[in-house]
Amino acid sequence: MLNFARPFVADSGWHLLNMTEGVTDLSKKIYVLHMEIFWVCFWVAVVVYGAMIYALVKFRRSKGAQPDTKFVHSTKAEVLWTAAPTIILIVMAIPAARVLIQIEDTRGTEMTLKVTGYQWKWQYEYLDEGFGFFSTLSAKSNEARQLQSGIDPRSVENYLLDVDNEVVVPVGTKVRLLLTAQDVIHAWWIPAFGMKKDAVPGFINEMWFKVDTDKPGVYRGQCVELCGRDHGFMPIVVRAVSKDEYRAWAAERKAALAPPAVEPAQAVPAADATAPATASVAAAVTRG
Amino acid sequence: MSHHEHDAAAAHDDHDHKPYGWQRWVYATNHKDIGTMYLVFACIMFFVGGSMALVVRLELFQPGLQFIDPAIFNEMTTVHALLMIFGAVMPAWTGLANWLIPMQVGAPDMALPRLNNFSFWILPFAFMLLIGSLFVPGGGPAGGWTLYPPLVLQGGDSLPMAIFAIHMMGASSILGAINVIVTIMNMRAPGVGLLNMPLFVWTWLITAYLLIAVMPVLAGAVTMLLTDHFFGTSFFSAAGGGDPVMFQHIFWFFGHPEVYILILPAFGIVSEIIPTFARKPLFGYESMVYASASIAFLSFIVWAHHMFTVGMPLAGQMFFMLSTMLIAIPTGVKVFNWCATLWRGSLTFETPMLFALAFLFLFTCGGFSGLMLAIAPADFQYHDTYFVVAHFHYVLVPGSIFTIMAAVYYWLPKWTGRMYDETLGKWHFWLSAIGVNVLFFPQHFLGLAGMPRRIPDYSVQFSDWNMVSSIGAFIFGFSQLLFVYVVVKTVRSGAKAPARPWEGAHGLEWELPTPAPYHSWTEPPSPALIARGAEH
Repeated sequence: MLNFARPFVADSGWHLLNMTEGVTDLSKKIYVLHMEIFWVCFWVAVVVYGAMIYALVKFRRSKGAQPDTKFVHSTKAEVLWTAAPTIILIVMAIPAARVLIQIEDTRGTEMTLKVTGYQWKWQYEYLDEGFGFFSTLSAKSNEARQLQSGIDPRSVENYLLDVDNEVVVPVGTKVRLLLTAQDVIHAWWIPAFGMKKDAVPGFINEMWFKVDTDKPGVYRGQCVELCGRDHGFMPIVVRAVSKDEYRAWAAERKAALAPPAVEPAQAVPAADATAPATASVAAAVTRG
Repeated sequence: MSHHEHDAAAAHDDHDHKPYGWQRWVYATNHKDIGTMYLVFACIMFFVGGSMALVVRLELFQPGLQFIDPAIFNEMTTVHALLMIFGAVMPAWTGLANWLIPMQVGAPDMALPRLNNFSFWILPFAFMLLIGSLFVPGGGPAGGWTLYPPLVLQGGDSLPMAIFAIHMMGASSILGAINVIVTIMNMRAPGVGLLNMPLFVWTWLITAYLLIAVMPVLAGAVTMLLTDHFFGTSFFSAAGGGDPVMFQHIFWFFGHPEVYILILPAFGIVSEIIPTFARKPLFGYESMVYASASIAFLSFIVWAHHMFTVGMPLAGQMFFMLSTMLIAIPTGVKVFNWCATLWRGSLTFETPMLFALAFLFLFTCGGFSGLMLAIAPADFQYHDTYFVVAHFHYVLVPGSIFTIMAAVYYWLPKWTGRMYDETLGKWHFWLSAIGVNVLFFPQHFLGLAGMPRRIPDYSVQFSDWNMVSSIGAFIFGFSQLLFVYVVVKTVRSGAKAPARPWEGAHGLEWELPTPAPYHSWTEPPSPALIARGAEH
């Protein structure tokens, strides 16, 4: 019944049945927890539904079943079916509490990325490096997603999950996100990283992830807190690269900041003054 | 008030002493008339809210935006939820309470008939206001039924209209709840003890206390939205020293008991129907009562499991995870008791029983996904995805809605004196049961695969299951027209029902003549009748 196929392959979606393991230590722990509770529910369901179906088959009046009207109370049974779930819950609560503590442990972060949600885009600021940029839905997706655009979404690569500027992070590094928002509440989620957290205007939330060293790649997600008309159109794309590649990328970004801006800020709104990197520069860099 | 008044003295008793025509309904003080109005109103709202859901499913049938603007999409999801919760399910429960509680506790009517009239007649105005808010400048309410600020404060003229509508619905619910409590506490016939009451009466009593406890909290929360928007307060704005997350805490302090308000009466109904068609008394009556009360108590201390991702301290997340998991225990007790009621019974499968059994299977399924959602670390993945949508629709549609339909099929012969068409009833059941699973089961897959909720368009890998879900939605939606047809046909031309259409039914309502007289128990039922009715 369950298929552990990777998400976001564009051809067919029938195999998408279950959560994926993801590419971080936390996402794997969450996945294991998810499967544990799933199997607990599954076996309880087998017992409970089994009993119900047995009763529905066995005790039919059409099969001549006579009601046993004295069978209305049994202290033994009632103690049993109160105690058994209690024990199962305690057994489930222990690993869940353990993972929860790990999730909330932001000690030892190696780099910090400030993420600000806007209607309807994300701003990323590399606090340790001193640069940042906005990230919005890619132009192709944006064109195709207009009402009655006439463009088949299937013809657009990574439809609705593609951006102009990808976030770049190094693998094997504990990255701490500081999340906030400019206008309304948003939420930042990459399913493969296992965690999501709200970006609340006026407050700063923390979450962290550490992409496995052997899992560089591009990971995609979306805003997951209703934030208005274009809530469905502010994707999140993170490119996880080796530490060396990251250092090279960050150096290029910083170098791009130094000279006076050559190009006028084309699609960059006024609020972007602190992050002068333009879309074209960012795209050129990340492509390399 | 009516020219028939002079007949009353001449008549043998006061049966059918009532105003006729429109006055019968507008001036109604009779619990059955008011119950009927509540149920008809709920049915209309069910179809209006349902058509909005179909608009949503139509847009989600394929990736890309084919039919509606994203802003309209958000209005549809928001108003669909508000109509279904406050307009369909809650009034349906109050309608059933009106019809059944006086008959079941041996009372002539509800304790406060004029209040009863008032609490019903608030509703049409509240919902005219809410639905009307879709057509004002700035568009309808589109911030989700949870009304989270700051988003909801971006609404135009619809914001104060929706808030006032919610105030009115809340007032109606509180008045209805007061009436239920006073009726149950004061109008029980001599000899009907608290622990002799049918479970529907018990669960409604508990529901009524929940309503009185939390509806004012919702009213307070939305009033704070109103003052933030119009009177310069900053309850929910960080810029003025407030906190948007505080709204969520207040809202869900209302919202979690609210979900039990929507489901507890269903527990009561199922506890009436299953024993009837198993032909044996409910298993573990007292533990059912205590389990319902425990669930109600727990509902007050679990609210923040709706907001694990807002950035709560670890201790807070831990507390709300563990307290939420506890709910599985009393809920499990209930499910096991229903199973044990089936055990060694003599089962038949008439339409009410089919709906009650579908409740048992599918509500349990929603319970399992609920348990998964309680696990906070896993919830960081599930939260705000279609997995959550699947979960709460499993507990609300086959949970509450199926049970309301089961109740209508079950008591319709007593109410109208006519029998519904069993074949059509079964058709309605099977179409609904298949439709609801095709509709909602794939949404578990979509959520686990990473599809967020409340999005009007999705990336293409989600296309297949969305298409299946939409097909299910149209099967489910259109088969509900059959329900209306069956009920109308029964009322108009159904075959005459016997006084006891179900030989396994117990309870004082079955001791009344069929159709039930206009005034229920004008004389208290005799101890013998009470004893016969209370065989559980």
